[in-house]
Amino acid sequence: MALIDLANPSRFLTLSGRLLPWLAGATLFAFAFGVSQIIASPDDYQQGATAKIMFIHVPAAWLAMFIWATMSVAALGTLVWRHPLADVAAKAAAPIGAAFTLQCLVTGMLWGRPMWGTYWVWDGRLTSVLVLFLMYLGVLALWRTIEEPARAARAVAVLTLVGAINLPIIKFSVDWWSTLHQPASVLRLSGPTIHPSILIPLLAMALAFLLLFFTLHLAAMRNEIMRRRVRTLMLMQADAAAGR
Amino acid sequence: MTALTALLVRDMRLAVRVGGGALIGVLFFLIVVTIVPFAIGPDLALLAQIGPAILWLGALLASLLALDRLIGADYEDGSLDLILTARVPLELAVAVKALAHWLTTGLPLVAAAPLLGLLLNLDPTATGAVALTLAAGTPALTFIGLVGAALTVALRRGGLLLAVLILPLTIPVLIFGVAASNAAVVGPVPFGPPFTILCALTLISAVIGPIAAAAALRHGLD
Repeated sequence: MALIDLANPSRFLTLSGRLLPWLAGATLFAFAFGVSQIIASPDDYQQGATAKIMFIHVPAAWLAMFIWATMSVAALGTLVWRHPLADVAAKAAAPIGAAFTLQCLVTGMLWGRPMWGTYWVWDGRLTSVLVLFLMYLGVLALWRTIEEPARAARAVAVLTLVGAINLPIIKFSVDWWSTLHQPASVLRLSGPTIHPSILIPLLAMALAFLLLFFTLHLAAMRNEIMRRRVRTLMLMQADAAAGR
Repeated sequence: MTALTALLVRDMRLAVRVGGGALIGVLFFLIVVTIVPFAIGPDLALLAQIGPAILWLGALLASLLALDRLIGADYEDGSLDLILTARVPLELAVAVKALAHWLTTGLPLVAAAPLLGLLLNLDPTATGAVALTLAAGTPALTFIGLVGAALTVALRRGGLLLAVLILPLTIPVLIFGVAASNAAVVGPVPFGPPFTILCALTLISAVIGPIAAAAALRHGLD
């Protein structure tokens, strides 16, 4: 089974339909395992129970970047290989990526309030995630503005790749800027390297989040394919009504 | 080569003759700098301190203004189709268009910056630093804007979307432009490192911008 075999949307729908329940089940299982590990893990000696926000905050941050990388690969698929499912994959990933980035920001703010005494500081990391979120919103805006799916896909692919090149530059600049403007000492979690009792639940949650993304992405891709079929059918119907 | 020169001359002529585009950008720049003291108060010491940042912000916003004309005008009158089918590589053609655009809209902003610096109580060192960083940094803004202009060229309401897409990408230019200007005045870092990084950003965007814009035009207009 090569990747090109999936180019047939009907075959993709059959295969993904068979795969989806298993993926969803694995996601549920991974979350159950992760949550049980979190409950078993000790509270932080300084931060108490609030440190457990980390277990949803950090995986969300990882996914926020991973999903942009996924979209960049899909963008290459659109522009270079012209794979028919690549733009479907890119379009389905964008809102999920924006949602995980927002989740990372919101959980970070809720965590920052008790720990730093403020919801927001202009720290390098926070600021780069905020910029990433803005870029996700830009991609979503471009998807919504161009009506024809194939043309929108190619425009978004160019934007995604430009973003992929620029994101490291932005990250570097913002880090440089924040060390210039602020002492870095306040915001570092000055704890020692992560203890296994924290690391295992963190990795378990990261796996669960990754599976969740795969499940949601596959489901969203199926929805997008069906949405395009509906669009085509409606266009044909309109043509028939116009007597062409 | 002659085709590119012709394109450059034509674009500059159009920009100068039609609608006074360059002067409107400078006027907008002046207005932005004028309204800032109304928002933050007329304290000259404070204005001198944040003056470089105000000038950079004003120049960034002013450079956004004319971007939708960068390719949009050619799209509307059909000359973009000629450029697309010409033997000159599209990457070079859009790079020349961006250059002409910078010469007619970016360079006037750079030239106006020292005058506006007087309004913000900047001393000569700060004024020179801001003008120098603007001269080095505004081409990057134009080349980044070129990508946005190419992506939104066929859209009827592209202007606002263009700003939304482009502004996050201009953050590094803004950071290092303001940092280099401040470094020349107060420190703590020397002027060299941020300024060289700013020049590097301009060079990077001069490569990426035309390539991405050409790809967007080729794929977007068929």
